[in-house]
Amino acid sequence: MSDHAVADVQNLTVKYGDALILDNISFTVRPQEIFVILGGSGSGKSTLLRHMIGLEQPASGDVLIDAINITRCSDRDFYTALKKIGVLFQSSALISSMTLSENVALPILEFTNFSKRSIEKMVQIKLALVGLERYGGYLPSEISGGMKKRAGLARALALNPEILFLDEPSAGLDPVTAAEIDRLILDINQNLKTTVIIVTHELASIFAVAQRVIMLDKTTKQIIAQGSPADLRDRCDHPYVCKFFKRQI
Amino acid sequence: MVTSFSLPSFEISDSGDGQWLVRVSGPLNIHSADETRSRLTVSLKNNAVKSVVFDLEQVSAVDEYGALVLSELKDRLALSENNFQLLNAPEILVQHFRRMASESTVSLRRPRSFAGYEFITQTGATTIETLRGIRDFVTFIGALVLSGIRVAGKPKSLRTHDIVRYMKTTGVDALPVVGLISFLIGLIMAFMSSLQLKQFGANIYVASLVALSMVSELGPIMTAIIVSGRSGSAYAAEISTMKISEEIDALITMGFDPVLFLAIPRMIAAVIVIPLLTMFANLFAIAGGLLIGVTMLDLSASSYITQTINSLNLFELNWGLSKSFVFAILISGVGCLRGFQAKGGASAVGHAATSAVVTSIFLIVLFDSIFAVVRSYWG
Repeated sequence: MSDHAVADVQNLTVKYGDALILDNISFTVRPQEIFVILGGSGSGKSTLLRHMIGLEQPASGDVLIDAINITRCSDRDFYTALKKIGVLFQSSALISSMTLSENVALPILEFTNFSKRSIEKMVQIKLALVGLERYGGYLPSEISGGMKKRAGLARALALNPEILFLDEPSAGLDPVTAAEIDRLILDINQNLKTTVIIVTHELASIFAVAQRVIMLDKTTKQIIAQGSPADLRDRCDHPYVCKFFKRQI
Repeated sequence: MVTSFSLPSFEISDSGDGQWLVRVSGPLNIHSADETRSRLTVSLKNNAVKSVVFDLEQVSAVDEYGALVLSELKDRLALSENNFQLLNAPEILVQHFRRMASESTVSLRRPRSFAGYEFITQTGATTIETLRGIRDFVTFIGALVLSGIRVAGKPKSLRTHDIVRYMKTTGVDALPVVGLISFLIGLIMAFMSSLQLKQFGANIYVASLVALSMVSELGPIMTAIIVSGRSGSAYAAEISTMKISEEIDALITMGFDPVLFLAIPRMIAAVIVIPLLTMFANLFAIAGGLLIGVTMLDLSASSYITQTINSLNLFELNWGLSKSFVFAILISGVGCLRGFQAKGGASAVGHAATSAVVTSIFLIVLFDSIFAVVRSYWG
């Protein structure tokens, strides 16, 4: 593994029964970069993300998070790897029976020994980071979709992860709110030096935040293009990549 | 190679008059927070500390959690700003440390108002909730009637394949549990009653007792309670899940009547299979009694069966089946109603399922009492 890879996917093959979902995928993510996994619907983007955060086991291949091979490591090492990552799920996945502040406090209460007052301060700081400092007492059902995404982001950032995984962070949001989320991602990346790995197919977001992109193909189940968003747009040599970028620009 | 989190090291020295100097090298962040706190607390807590100076020149990584540890320590030692100094600290750590001193806290719970106000608002909220429940009930009954009229006018609108599916899940799939429980109840009743009846040489009346009590009372009730736990809760959970995931809204926008689409097939299936399940339960309970009669009471199988048939009549059978018909409407209706009433997130599904079972069982007992009163006047 390269010294400069914070996440390293090596020859990953994923199958559900006989159905091949991903075929021999390899790529690396460097520290502090914003890396986007791109692809059409059904291309296996979210499946790849679920394997990168250890929720599923691949048919073959390895996923290394900061040099820990999470596909074949002990529970202790897997736990260490989990402490290095934060995840924002597509649905935000906030616990519906808990207030936003309780949701953000959840990982801090579980993994640290700070006093209640200190945790309340830290939760306020995390909520302020995403602009929700006045909404700590609200339940997830009482806030908008964009606010849920931001609250989910605050929870994902609660333990200052080294790598932040975002699954469709701006899906279903209006352009203004989506742009706010993009700006937040850039701020987090620049100010907290967090590596960000995003799964999306929103072109506007990709051009706003991505430094490097890989594109998955539904037919071959492989990576068909990689590079900066501008490279893929201006120098595409695969018909699907050209169609994907030109149709939406 | 596995990367673990590196920990800081400390050099702690005391000038002798309560003036402490702490040299920290290594990270001062989330990963070292617990270690830092415990090391510093142990070293400083038993000493008279008048001031602490932290030399942070060798600190390699910092974040808000590192600053929070220092802030907690300062509060614990009750030191003023002048007596708790950070030397050679990275600018970002100083900023975080200052912020920790001034940052407000956020309550992890929902803000609560004072008790009197809470009582009034709770009373109001409960009243409104009860009125809403009544409104929902009336609306649901009205919707059922309208759907029934629609089905009568256009029988093709009835989703017959759904009815068959629910007949299987509510009836056929429940056969083993209903059969087993009824068999055991018949067995227990026969055994317990035989202890008394044996003294009078009235063993044969065990058959009458089991048959009559099961057919007219326990059979319908036990079957209804089992079905409400199995299927009533499932109806509520399925419909409430559809409600909170906007599937019911989608049905409405596609022009479907959600009551006709979701409630009517379930209710028809329940009304068909619950009386059948009740008869099945009666048979198994009688079989349980028969086992005790033959093995412990010296009765022959034929005399037990003859006594059972003689003690029953068509009225008793119809009475029990009428009850199970009413219970079927209650269980399926309440299950569907609670599902449609669900609001909010995932907890609403659990609440709907629980509420469906509790309400169904209460209504089953209530209506059984009404049946008993009616029967007492009937003669």
